[in-house]
Amino acid sequence: MPVLWIVLIVLTLGGVGFVIGRMRAMASADGDPRHLHSLPNYYGTHVFLAVTVPSMLLLVMWLLVQPLVINSQVSSLIPQEAVSEGSSLGLMMADVRRVADGLDTAVAAGAMTSEEASQIRTEFTDIRERLGAVGVALGSDVRPEVLKAAQRYRELSGRYGLIMAVVIIGIALAGMAFAWSRSHAEFRARNVVESAIKSLLILASSIAILTTVGIVLSLIFNTIEFFKLYPAANFFFEPTWLPSFGGGTDSDGNPLSKLGILPLLWGTLYISVIALLVAVPIGLFAAIYLSEYAGPATRAFAKPMIEVLAGIPTIVYGLFALLTVGPLLVDVFGAGGLLNVSWMQGGTAVMTAGLVMGIMLIPFVSSLSDDIINAVPQAMRDGSLGLGATKSETIKQVVLPAALPGIVGAILLAASRAIGETMIVVLGAGAAARLSMNPFDAMTTVTAKIVSQLTGDADFASPEALVAFALGMTLFLVTLGLNIFALYIVRKYREQYE
Amino acid sequence: MNDMRIVERKVDANEVKISARTCQVYYGDTHAIKDVDVDIQDKTVTAFIGPSGCGKSTFLRCLNRMNDTIDICRVEGDIHLDGEDIYDPKVDPVQLRAKVGMVFQKPNPFPKSIYDNIAYGPRIHGLAKTKADLDEIVEKSLRRGAIWDEVKDRLHAPGTGLSGGQQQRLCIARAIATEPEVLLMDEPCSALDPIATAQVEELIDELRARYSVVIVTHSMQQAARVSQKTAFFHLGNLVEFGETGQIFTNPQDPRTESYITGRIG
Ligand SMILES: Nc1ncnc2c1ncn2[C@@H]1O[C@H](COP(=O)(O)OP(=O)(O)O)[C@@H](O)[C@H]1O
Ligand SMILES: [Mg+2]
Repeated sequence: MPVLWIVLIVLTLGGVGFVIGRMRAMASADGDPRHLHSLPNYYGTHVFLAVTVPSMLLLVMWLLVQPLVINSQVSSLIPQEAVSEGSSLGLMMADVRRVADGLDTAVAAGAMTSEEASQIRTEFTDIRERLGAVGVALGSDVRPEVLKAAQRYRELSGRYGLIMAVVIIGIALAGMAFAWSRSHAEFRARNVVESAIKSLLILASSIAILTTVGIVLSLIFNTIEFFKLYPAANFFFEPTWLPSFGGGTDSDGNPLSKLGILPLLWGTLYISVIALLVAVPIGLFAAIYLSEYAGPATRAFAKPMIEVLAGIPTIVYGLFALLTVGPLLVDVFGAGGLLNVSWMQGGTAVMTAGLVMGIMLIPFVSSLSDDIINAVPQAMRDGSLGLGATKSETIKQVVLPAALPGIVGAILLAASRAIGETMIVVLGAGAAARLSMNPFDAMTTVTAKIVSQLTGDADFASPEALVAFALGMTLFLVTLGLNIFALYIVRKYREQYE
Repeated sequence: MNDMRIVERKVDANEVKISARTCQVYYGDTHAIKDVDVDIQDKTVTAFIGPSGCGKSTFLRCLNRMNDTIDICRVEGDIHLDGEDIYDPKVDPVQLRAKVGMVFQKPNPFPKSIYDNIAYGPRIHGLAKTKADLDEIVEKSLRRGAIWDEVKDRLHAPGTGLSGGQQQRLCIARAIATEPEVLLMDEPCSALDPIATAQVEELIDELRARYSVVIVTHSMQQAARVSQKTAFFHLGNLVEFGETGQIFTNPQDPRTESYITGRIG
């Protein structure tokens, strides 16, 4: 039975439960809701929750566990010898699932009866061709073990699916009966419903937190893997980034690739600093104008206009860097350019990426700073103006100092955005890892290298690919540190006016 | 009204400091102050009383042009300070506000040190040539604000860390530091407890020796305790203006009488 149907049935049962629970509570109070402990709808909601919540939770868990169970049962069907050279059991199982799905599709499309699907043999039928006819493309011919495993796979998932439907609907009915029997006038339905809702809210926030933990864990394991293959000291302190193509080691067993993070960190920091040098003054001045000088009409128009910048996809900024800003800079700083210097060799440079990234960050700085400046109480401004200070003296000496911690927080948040930015760097700054002081040189950053290391054709278990996780981990720690620091400062600022 | 203690005080000088004639204030289309004529004397405490929303604060803010900071606010009529029209285009409102200081309803010390709070005005107006001058101004202002003894050991602690009553006296001292001629106070005690209120009231009485003080208050007892002149506002009109004792004992207008006997809230 499809999962969607199970969900619909459970929800319908929940609706029925709502009605009968409410009715039973009303009946127990002789139809007068004033004799009930809680409002009638709470009794209904109580039954509804008892029907839906446990069964839905079970459904989710079942759907997570079932594939694992089936996998382990089916994979025993594939003999060790059948796993061919250059392949693995995991890859074989992926084939099995693909064939099983293909058979499902074929049955659904009417190209096969379900009888046929569970009986056919590779010896008699060309499975690949028949599945191809219903639009399921397979990479190679289906081998007998795989077909058998796939048929077993279908059989098991059909059987477990049926058991699941029965169990889930049974749980829903049991919940309904139990909650219905409790629906009496004295029953504290309201308190029960409220605590159930609280648990739902806790569940939602734990999912968010657990995801973060999951992300960190997946980074950590791969990072540890990397450091087993590549010395940590080299990673952190070697000033060269030169991954060798084939990977491999020299005669002493040292890796041929030089994977030093320093040039990448340098590129990241250099580009971020330029970006902030652009974004902070412009953003801050824009925020001061908007919050202190602009009239309501200007503000209503200009603030959303600036925030549009934040909505532009970074790839578009990247194109802007590549096609407009880069060539423009070359015209000025390149050989034979306006200044008659030849500092810049090509359009991709730290400066190009930094300028464009700075533009991208303007709304982050301006929008947050604007909110923070607005949060400075009007009484502060009145106090200063009342002492005969001009508007700009008031802003310089009272408003900005009062808003400073918050503004610093905004800048740090913008900085962590800059450090994590990828697209603009790939298109604007080039791909050369280099430790250079010249802002018109092409350089690259940690994020850009993570992408290129993982999308290259290096073996996933080689240090050349795993280094991406170490880079990602480093980046994560740096931005996490910045964010925590920013939040700490913003929070400290909030307390000031409580 | 039995605890009302009306003190007949001699008004020291009869010189007019501020005079307003046919003053009108509009917030957009709302006519908030209607045709107000009033003379505020030097070295006198003048109280503005009246039900809330009657325009006391609005009128007070006309006297140092703080209403200029509200976009929709429009002031008409004549207001003269020492015979000079303060709404004349030649007058710089910033300079005017140095002469006509203001203390607000809620204490609003800047998030700076006590010292920097007081030094703020003198620094902006260049009143001190040297650090020693500035120290002296700060000390003098804090003394006149009757808070010196409480803060002299922690001048560099933040002003926001003081108690409410101390903060308000700090704000008064801050206003005094720019050597104003007139001090406007908008319900300066409404956020304070009775003890702090008594301290501030005592301070106001001392300030009368040097400044012309205008105080808005919602407490008639307070008006009776600290002021020599009282103006009663109602719905944007100045209903009655005269000696405090007379307003409270022998009001001429029936609206004043209803208000002080508690019939208009
Ligand atoms: N900033 C403002 N914008 C619009 N209307 C205002 C503003 N300030 C005060 N008013 C209006 O002006 C009238 C007088 O207000 P206010 O002077 O604050 O009264 P009071 O201080 O006597 O309680 C009120 O009706 C109030 O609604
Ligand atoms: Mg008021």
